[in-house]
Amino acid sequence: MAQIEEVSVDQYKHLVSERALTGETMLLNMGPQHPSTHGVLRLLLELDGEIIINCIPDIGFLHTGIEKNMEAKTYQKAEVMTDRLDYMNTMGNNLSYCMAVEKLVDLDVPARAQSLRVILVELQRIASHLVWLGTSGLDLAAMSMFLYCFREREQILDIFELVSGQRMMTTFIRPGGVWRDVPVEFEAAVRDFIKIFPKRVDEYERLLTKNPLFIDRMVGIGILSKETALSYGVTGPMLRASGVDWDLRKARPYLGYEQYDFDVPVLTEGDTYARYLVRIQEMRESLKIVEQALNKLPMGPVRSANRKFVPPPRSEIGVSMESLIHHFKLWTEGFPAPKASIYSAVESPRGELGVLLEGDGSPKPMRVHMRTPSFDNLAVLPEIVKGRLVADLVAILSSTDIVLGDIDR
Amino acid sequence: MDWTIWVEWIVKGFVLCLILLTGFAYLTLYERRALARIQVRVGPNRAGPQGLLQPIADAVKLIFKEELTPRHVYKVVFFIAPILTVVPSLIIAAVIPLGTSFNLFGREITLYVANLNVGVLYLMSIASIAVYGIVLAGWSSNNKYAMMGGIRSSAQMISYELTLGMCFVLAILLANSMNPTEIVSAQQSGVWFVLVQPVGAIVFFIVTLAEVNRAPFDMPEAEQELTAGYHAEYSGMKFALFFMAEYQKMIVVCMILATLFLGGYAGPFVDQYPLLGPLYLFAKVIVLLFFMIWVRATWPRIRYDRLMAFGWKILLPLTIYLVFVTAAGILLAQETGNQLFYFAGIPVLSIIGFFTAFAIVYRDLRRKSHGRV
Repeated sequence: MAQIEEVSVDQYKHLVSERALTGETMLLNMGPQHPSTHGVLRLLLELDGEIIINCIPDIGFLHTGIEKNMEAKTYQKAEVMTDRLDYMNTMGNNLSYCMAVEKLVDLDVPARAQSLRVILVELQRIASHLVWLGTSGLDLAAMSMFLYCFREREQILDIFELVSGQRMMTTFIRPGGVWRDVPVEFEAAVRDFIKIFPKRVDEYERLLTKNPLFIDRMVGIGILSKETALSYGVTGPMLRASGVDWDLRKARPYLGYEQYDFDVPVLTEGDTYARYLVRIQEMRESLKIVEQALNKLPMGPVRSANRKFVPPPRSEIGVSMESLIHHFKLWTEGFPAPKASIYSAVESPRGELGVLLEGDGSPKPMRVHMRTPSFDNLAVLPEIVKGRLVADLVAILSSTDIVLGDIDR
Repeated sequence: MDWTIWVEWIVKGFVLCLILLTGFAYLTLYERRALARIQVRVGPNRAGPQGLLQPIADAVKLIFKEELTPRHVYKVVFFIAPILTVVPSLIIAAVIPLGTSFNLFGREITLYVANLNVGVLYLMSIASIAVYGIVLAGWSSNNKYAMMGGIRSSAQMISYELTLGMCFVLAILLANSMNPTEIVSAQQSGVWFVLVQPVGAIVFFIVTLAEVNRAPFDMPEAEQELTAGYHAEYSGMKFALFFMAEYQKMIVVCMILATLFLGGYAGPFVDQYPLLGPLYLFAKVIVLLFFMIWVRATWPRIRYDRLMAFGWKILLPLTIYLVFVTAAGILLAQETGNQLFYFAGIPVLSIIGFFTAFAIVYRDLRRKSHGRV
């Protein structure tokens, strides 16, 4: 039998209060294998009875080295790694990376591709919020929510499968546009979803929003003040539930978000219930965007015609020598990017997802860094759980909506 | 004493245990299927027709699983705790009448194991013993999560025991007896007590949810917080015993609720055909169990401190009020000879009390979510 290594007091002395060393308070490891830590997060809790004195998040159990790995691949091939970052927001990750690449090499994207990207990313936002809603329902033991939410998410994943052949790791959004045009069934599938979904959200709200036990669990706990949120760099629904009207889609419009009519829900309470309401409302707003984008989806190419960066379609290779050369060059060597450093950010379901790309003139990035929202949103957790009960910790943690793949990259 | 009476007792006790054990096995299937229906799933339907052999497959799996006793546990208590939990859940059913009696080979066989004249007290005391198993399991496991589960469970049981006792008092007052058989026959000749004291039945149902650690009061095991709670360190058949105890207690408390408020085995033609009695009781238990499953499927778990506050600040005063109303109603009906006090006064005043209690809860919640949606 393997001997368990004793952890000496010196290793954690600086993290906990004096009372823990005398044995007056209890140290509890929550995770990395725990049903409510949403992946492999370890929380070292110092408890006085059930009251949390101290909470120290310990991350790194899912470290995959994605950022470093991307440096060894060409700009096109590195993209598949971004799917694996935040596995609830694969389209959004693709988008943020592609936008960074496009900005670095100054590449235009056709209008149809822009609209398709908006539709897919907003669908992805709904899917991600559905997973959050289901799992946070499950964390409060409202177990049916989980299966209801996954039913709708499945419909979105079916749409993704329809357009890309993959349910989750799609890599559908590519530098210069999207991989290929959507099939004819796409519109009907999305319309179907637009028709069903509002009724389903009403159903979820009937089940939870006014439920006395749910209100009891959610209202007034995990209050995150505006100042704390800003000083920790919290973004996304968490920030908007704390009263800061900051959504990159409105503040720094990209993909033509300025032409769509939608609201950014902002609440001032900053508790878990406010975060819940903001996300529910965001799902409805995202659906509005999807509907508008689908209504005025322009026709035309879905990829840039700039052959220096975007490979030609398969059909051209057989008839055009030049296309064949481009194809060969792009898939073997890749395209060189200028020596420059750029940062481009999008609004992911969790907050500001930014990509820092540093080119050095070669076809491979010199440095890729992701500014992922989950990391900052988790950092604020110890601030908002102190003095609460263990049961509240579970509710608060699920309301931060972290994805561990997003934190350990 | 006649030796045949011993044989009768042993056979009846054995049959009752078998009923509960099979009931437990099929309750798990019933719950899984019902939950699946609510959650737009199919549920287990592979083992046997409609998944009817699933409980057997589960049992075989659990029996053959490795039983792991961690090194750091207090072994004696660790071993005794599951037994202490499961035995009360079996013997508690002894005083619940399944029917009146029938003739078999010229011998009158009663459809209950024991006819105690203080049967209600027996129910209460045995119900309280079960908590020891859970507390000891939590403590002897020497695991922080398990200990927290055990402590939560003892606090919860103590808080709800009083209210439970008060609910028993309601039925005792209405039937003028502490004997479960007489409580049922009083309802058979009169009306079901749920009509006289509907609030009492509802409160009893809520309290039993807490008493058997069912959602939304499943603090001790609270999977999302304490991983598995008090049985975190148990595996194999020892774990199965805890599981068994929980589901048997579910069946038994539903039987008790049916006996006290829903007329137990009473129903049409039960006088002519006494064997209908168990069937009626069975039907009532199935309906009550469905409510338990339904609650589990839809409601979030209440927080531990709110659970205590709810028990002490809302439910206990409410039941004391109900006892007062019931006693006063019975007394007035007797003194004045006007049955209206009994059939209208008690239910109306109880329902007013019920809504007052709910108004208090809602006012509390509204204050909390002030200025929201």
